[in-house]
This record gives sequence, structure tokens and C-alpha cells, in this order.
Amino acid sequence: MKAFLQGMHTVMRRELSAYFATPVAWVFIVIFTILAAAFTFYLGGFYQRGLADLEPFFRFHPWLYLFLVPALAMRLWAEERKSGTIELLLTLPITISQAIVGKFLAAWLFLGLALALTFPIWFTVNYLGDPDNGTILAAYLGSWLMAGAFLAIGSCLSALTRNQVVAFILAVVVSFGFLLSGLPLVLDAFRSWLPQGFVDGIANLSLISHFDAISRGVVDLRDLIFFGLVIGFWLMANLIILQLRKAD
Amino acid sequence: MIEARSLTRHYGDLVAVDGISFTVDTGQVLGFLGPNGAGKSTTMKILTGFLPPTSGTAVINGHDIINDSLAVRREIGYLPEGAPLYGEMSVQKFLQFVAHARGYRGSAANSKAGEAAERLNLGHVQHQRIDTLSKGYKRRVGLAQAVLHDPQVLILDEPTDGLDPNQKHEVRELISDMSENRIIVISTHILEEVDALCNRAMIIAGGKLVADDTPAGLIERSRYHNAVTLNVDDLQTAASILSNLPEAAKVEVRDNEITVFPEPGSHLLAAVNKVIAEHNWQVNTMRLEAGRLDEVFRTITSEVEQLEEAA
Repeated sequence: MKAFLQGMHTVMRRELSAYFATPVAWVFIVIFTILAAAFTFYLGGFYQRGLADLEPFFRFHPWLYLFLVPALAMRLWAEERKSGTIELLLTLPITISQAIVGKFLAAWLFLGLALALTFPIWFTVNYLGDPDNGTILAAYLGSWLMAGAFLAIGSCLSALTRNQVVAFILAVVVSFGFLLSGLPLVLDAFRSWLPQGFVDGIANLSLISHFDAISRGVVDLRDLIFFGLVIGFWLMANLIILQLRKAD
Repeated sequence: MIEARSLTRHYGDLVAVDGISFTVDTGQVLGFLGPNGAGKSTTMKILTGFLPPTSGTAVINGHDIINDSLAVRREIGYLPEGAPLYGEMSVQKFLQFVAHARGYRGSAANSKAGEAAERLNLGHVQHQRIDTLSKGYKRRVGLAQAVLHDPQVLILDEPTDGLDPNQKHEVRELISDMSENRIIVISTHILEEVDALCNRAMIIAGGKLVADDTPAGLIERSRYHNAVTLNVDDLQTAASILSNLPEAAKVEVRDNEITVFPEPGSHLLAAVNKVIAEHNWQVNTMRLEAGRLDEVFRTITSEVEQLEEAA
């Protein structure tokens, strides 16, 4: 276990420093925080609602992540393939799972940082009124977990190709499917011919419905487990893809 | 010690490596020669644990590459083809990353990274981003990364490919400095390199091992080995006289030079000297050929290609 953590930590540190050695980190953080604020105030009607909560802020996170997380995740493995560094990395005494988890955690921590940097909006809402800070904290947690799920999807799909654009598009499409699976648009299509149990199953896969549950302040263990399973599933798929075709 | 046991690798229908077996002992600098696509890189990728063999296996210092890949990777230093590096890192940060990955911690990691940089004369570019370095320096960083943990086995895939002649020379010097008490396996398609660096050479063609010898032994296989090349004033007459020598198997005239090829085991040079003295020729240049590695290489590898086409 200790050996696993050491290898993972080595990869994680390298990845994190790579974000900040390139414009990736700063561009991402600036765009993320600006878009999050713009959505809240213009689309979410933050002021018009007259309520002291961050519902209009969190409501757009799934849509923000839909494009921004694949943009962060697309380089995870596609870039290693393209530049050939995957051969360097995986012939060091580092296992594929250490590399996958290390890379994932680096990106996830980075997303956590970007999310944390939206703190002015939390201050704002506390200045304007008297919000339920427990709910807001829960929503932040839910948002971060959901970002992790998007990230795991993006990481896995990035391992399929050496082309980052392809990785990005694949990740957006698959993530979009996961987002929509809770909306009537998708569910109505299934409702007519599938038993209710299956329809519920599909609805349950939706990242939005689990995120909504947490962001209302209800931190249910089942929702946490759901995100854990989604992340675990996609990282496992990532592992299998790399084991089968790391040298392609 | 490296012991490869009938290594085979398929890519779909293509057989990239076809049942290669060999052993390499400490102190040997082994050159892998072969045309592009012969299976050199694939063999190296298998030995370093990056690619699993379709069948067969190899044992490196007692560790099996399939069942004990992590231990194998600890033993070896590897420079992949094209020396891929994380360009956005500084030389120092990159070498420290490799040291961490090799299990060194804290100050031990820093001093290992420092030593490796020192060894490859990278001291003055330590803080430079790797992607701003020249090709020659990048290659040195790749080598520094490979030797950082003082490995017993060093596998270098085309270490001088794409470098200018000075850089090539420099990298060769670095490699030969490191060759003591180690196993070094180098792949290349530059023949002079094998002669300059290696004490053993293997030619791979069509995924098969087709020759395994010392560089000198390979050169001796050349039809030019012990041939005599000379330039005299009257080429045609001289050529016809020389071709009558019992020691001469064949005479070729090309570019104002006559090359006389020896019958196996004959003392051609002495015989030619005698003829020159008898006829009192004005000899402008004359040399005894050692053999030509490129010619051996072409002969051996084209035989394989012809066999494959026939099959």
C-alpha cells in the first residue's frame, strides 16, 4: 500500500506541476470562474430571485463541467501517447494503476482548486443575506464529486486515442449522455417500451439527479457511493484500455 | 544477464518479432542492427516491459519480464526511441521526478538527479525547460534519465538517431564511458556505430535473428575482406593479368580502381605484390580491404527479404 501511494504521489506531483508550468492552469481557472459567475448572474437570475442561496450558481455546474472537464481531461493520456512519454512513464517502476490514479487525483485536486476559487460568490451571498452555509458546503462537495465523475470519463476516453481533439469530443458526448439520462428527453424515449425498473435504472445513472440531491443539502451516503462507483468504474475501464493497448 | 527465450510478438497478422532467443552477459555492449521495421524497437519494448510478448519470455538479472515486470524495470535504464521527455519541465525537475519514480526520497532524490545531470554535463542547463533545449541536449537528458539509478542493464533505442555528427560522436563517447561492468543494448541502423561502440552485433531482419557475431567477425564475412584495391596507370591490362592469379577469385574495375577479391584462405596481397614487381607497374594507390560492414548488412538482410518474398 505504501509503495502504491509513493508511486501514485510521484505521478500526481509531476502532473500538478505540469498544469502550472503551462498556461493550462491559469486559462482554466480564469475561464471557469468567469463562466461560473456569468451563468449565476445572467442565466441564473441571482439577484432577481431575491433569495440568499447559491442555487443559481450550482445549477449550471453540470453544464460548465460538460465542456471544461473534458478540456482538462483530454490531455491526460492522449498527450502521453502523442509525445511518446507514455513509454517513458510506463517503463519506470510505476504501475499503470499508480499512473492512472496519480493523474486523476492531480486533475481532480486542480478542479477542486478552481472550484474553491469561486469563494467570492459565497462571500457575496453571505454579505447579502443569511444563507444556509451547510447546504452550500454540501453543494460544493457534490459539485466536486460530479467533476470527478466527468473527469474519470474524460480520463478513460483520453486513453483511447493520441488525438486530444478526438478525446475531447468523445468525452463531451459520453458525459452529455450521462447528464441527460435523468431528463425527460431521454427517459420518455425509454418509458414507452421498457419496464419501469429499467427506466428508473437509467434515471439513476444521471449525474444531475445525484448532484441535485446533494446540492439541496441532503448528503445521502447512497449519492456519495454513486459518485464513487462512477469514478471507480471509469478508472477501471481506463486501466483495462491501457493494459490492452498502451503501446498502440 | 539478459536471457531472451523465443520472444515473439504479433501485431494482428504481422509478425514483428519471430522467435528471437539470445543471452547477453555483463560487459557486453550489444548492437542491434536491422533495417527499419525489422523488429529492433519491438524487441526492446518487450525487454523493458512496455509491450508484452505474444509468446516466449525473457529473464533479466533473474527477473521474468512477464511475471516480475516491476522488478525488471527497477533493474534497467531505458532510452525509448526518439527520447521522449516531458518538455514543459526543467531538466532538474524532470530528473528529480525520475529519481522519485525510482524510489529515491528527499535529499537522496535530489542528489541522484544532480549526479545524473553532472554525468551528462547538463549542469549549466539544469533550470532550463526541456523543450527549449537543442536536440543533442535533449538526448543527453534522455540518457541522464536512463542512467540515474546506475542500472546494471542499459537499453538504448537509437540513441544517436537524428543528431548531427558532433552530437553523435559525443553521445557515443558517453555511452562507451558507461559500458564497464554493465550490459548495454543499443539499436541502430548506423553501421559505423556498431563498429565504434559494440563488442557484439546482432542483425535482425524480418523479425528474426539472422546474425550474431562480433563487429570484426561480421566484417570478415564481407566479400571485400582481404581484397586488394589498387590504382595503376594501365587499368585494363593490369586487370586481366591479375585475374589470372590463382589467388584471385574475381577482379572488378570501378572508378579507376581495380579490386581483386581473394580465393578463400589465399594470401592475395603477397601474390599481388609479386605481380606488381614482375611487371614493374607504376602503382599510385593500393590498400588491403578489411571488409565492408554495409555490404555484409545488405547481403544478410536482403537474403531474408528474398526468402520472405519466396515464401
